[in-house]
Amino acid sequence: MTTHTPTRTRGSSGTGAAVRHRTGRRLQLTILYVVLAAVALLYVLPFVIQIVTSFKTDPDAAAHPLSLLPNPFSLESYRRLFGLGSMDDSVPFTRWLANSVLVTVFITAGRVFFDSLAGYALARLDFRGRNLLFNGLLTVMAVPGVVLLIPKFLVLNQLGLFDSYAGMIIPLLVDAAGVFIMRQFFVSVPREVEEAARIDGAGVFRTFWSVVLPMAKPALITLTILSFQGSWNEFTHFLVATQSPQYETLTTGLAHFVSGSLSAGTQYPLKLTAALLATIPVAALFFVFQRHFVRSANSGAVKQ
Amino acid sequence: MDMSQHGSGTGTGTGTAPPTVTSSGGGGAGIPGRRDAPGRHGPDGSGRPDESGRSGRSRRSRRPGIKGRQGLWGWIFVSPMVIVVGLFLLVPIGMALWVSLLNWNGQSNPFTSAADFVGVRNYADVLTKDGLDRTQFMTSVRNNLYYVLLVVPLQTVLSLALATAVNSRRIKGKGLLRTIFYFPSVTSSIAISTVFLFLFQGSGAVNALLKWVGLKGPKWFTDAHGLVWTILGAVGIVDPDRPVGALASHGFLGLSWWDWLSGPSIAMCTIILLAVWTTSGTYMLIFLAALQDVPVELEEAATLDGAGRWQSFRHVTLPAIRPVLFLVMTLGLIGSWQVFDAVYVMSQGAPANTTLTPAFLSYTAGFQDSSYGRAAAIAFILLAIIVVMTLFQRVLLRDRDKPARLVRSLRRRTS
Repeated sequence: MTTHTPTRTRGSSGTGAAVRHRTGRRLQLTILYVVLAAVALLYVLPFVIQIVTSFKTDPDAAAHPLSLLPNPFSLESYRRLFGLGSMDDSVPFTRWLANSVLVTVFITAGRVFFDSLAGYALARLDFRGRNLLFNGLLTVMAVPGVVLLIPKFLVLNQLGLFDSYAGMIIPLLVDAAGVFIMRQFFVSVPREVEEAARIDGAGVFRTFWSVVLPMAKPALITLTILSFQGSWNEFTHFLVATQSPQYETLTTGLAHFVSGSLSAGTQYPLKLTAALLATIPVAALFFVFQRHFVRSANSGAVKQ
Repeated sequence: MDMSQHGSGTGTGTGTAPPTVTSSGGGGAGIPGRRDAPGRHGPDGSGRPDESGRSGRSRRSRRPGIKGRQGLWGWIFVSPMVIVVGLFLLVPIGMALWVSLLNWNGQSNPFTSAADFVGVRNYADVLTKDGLDRTQFMTSVRNNLYYVLLVVPLQTVLSLALATAVNSRRIKGKGLLRTIFYFPSVTSSIAISTVFLFLFQGSGAVNALLKWVGLKGPKWFTDAHGLVWTILGAVGIVDPDRPVGALASHGFLGLSWWDWLSGPSIAMCTIILLAVWTTSGTYMLIFLAALQDVPVELEEAATLDGAGRWQSFRHVTLPAIRPVLFLVMTLGLIGSWQVFDAVYVMSQGAPANTTLTPAFLSYTAGFQDSSYGRAAAIAFILLAIIVVMTLFQRVLLRDRDKPARLVRSLRRRTS
């Protein structure tokens, strides 16, 4: 473990004070590394245990929850989740997966398009009521989501959208935080670009679609990732928008499966495998596009 | 970045705005100079609504054709947002407000004259009227209050510590560490809760780990004992299973003092640990961005003045990131009052209602008991709690403004 020697001590490493100073710093640094490594282990270990347990058998997982070597090594959980298991299967994992993919695709596409439209209008188009809308949007972003569980159900029920794909997708097609992110981006785009397009005779939509939007690529990537993550991990909305098993997604399906059989306390490898598979898409996206996740975290309360 | 704007923002919505403005390239900076430029463009959106509104109108009268077209397009562009937000955010709030005044089981149409209007009875049932409903609601408030009291300070301190470590110039592998600490924040709350359920079982990994160091872990998810009584019990002051006379026989709002003062249950502690573990990464990033904005010269000046590392952190860094500290605590507070997913997966309110939260109670009142009126009332009370707590925290934190002045004077000296 090498450290940068402070310039001050370089020429005078012989003096006692400097040596003590340096060893003190080195010790401090070593302690810092040890503490950080321990904390990092706490953050990684649950995932490691999850992955290892997904290859264990039920008795093995129950008897040796901490062991990092599956004994015997088993792919039974994966087989069962994909309907290849020997046991008669009650976990419709492939249906959850299909539903999650379906709603995520629609919601992500909708958010990217509609958030951009609204963000552009709020940033650049001059229309009556714009400031009112923008302030309203900021207020709306502050409403705690959990408070809306029952209210949302009431409206979905009244509109006849309860327990349908439409009810799952439509309310999430636009999100205030995404509109806000896009608006902030469009505000920073130089006006000259649009001016040139307008002088060439392009209309408002054409200017937006073929001139401004292509410039918004970084913001669009951030928004796409954020929307994907948000809709893939969405739980509460799907919980109150549906009741039939046929509409279960990875989150609602897994939640019902896990909390329903709490007393039984068995089948942990199966549950953890399902949880692991539900995590992988977002995890992959995270490791590839970490920069964009960081940016969105810094744009504030997006996750709340 | 204009730091003062954070502190004076409304804390939730607008308070989060400035970081984006800076990260996306300076926002409206520099555009004001173009104010006299061709009139067909919209205002610059640099946060001066009055001015832009006025100039917009005057321009409109000059060039009606283009203005009119932009006005129409503007509304077309925002219409999906207006419809979705209006229909699934504003209308639900209004409708729930109405339903909270009804005795409604979700079957009939609540907007006909047949609706059973009961006034504020649903609110009274959980707030003032003695009975099971109130005891249950107050229990959920108690649980959530202890959850907030532990989660907010823990996640704030932990995330600030992680951010400081990751920001340190002296260590290597910062990128990797940042990835590791942040990763739990991006995963599904349901998947993570499932993992924690496995880890904290009676004979699970956590207890196996505790056994290594010679400790006997509790049966986490079935232990309804309060943390306070458990700790006092461990040193022999009280018996956790036998409420002390005076505390048990007297109460407040339908809950005995023994129950109010119990602290979070052992089961709730697992949910608290989960929350701290999953949220610290996000807040670490927010702190990290703030720490990187603290001028290096400022810290160096403090070190030259003979301040130690801790002193320099305490008197220079901390005051400089104070607005962000405030932001993180506000976000943490708002988030902590909404705990739902983990409760749903890990405990469903059990054992003995000690992990029940207002959000989860509202859900079960509606979807399990079909008392939608009471469910809606609880949702609005929860909203009120969040708003009041946020305002309270703001007042509490704003009063101590002295350190900020110190930084300003230091800044002046170094520049």
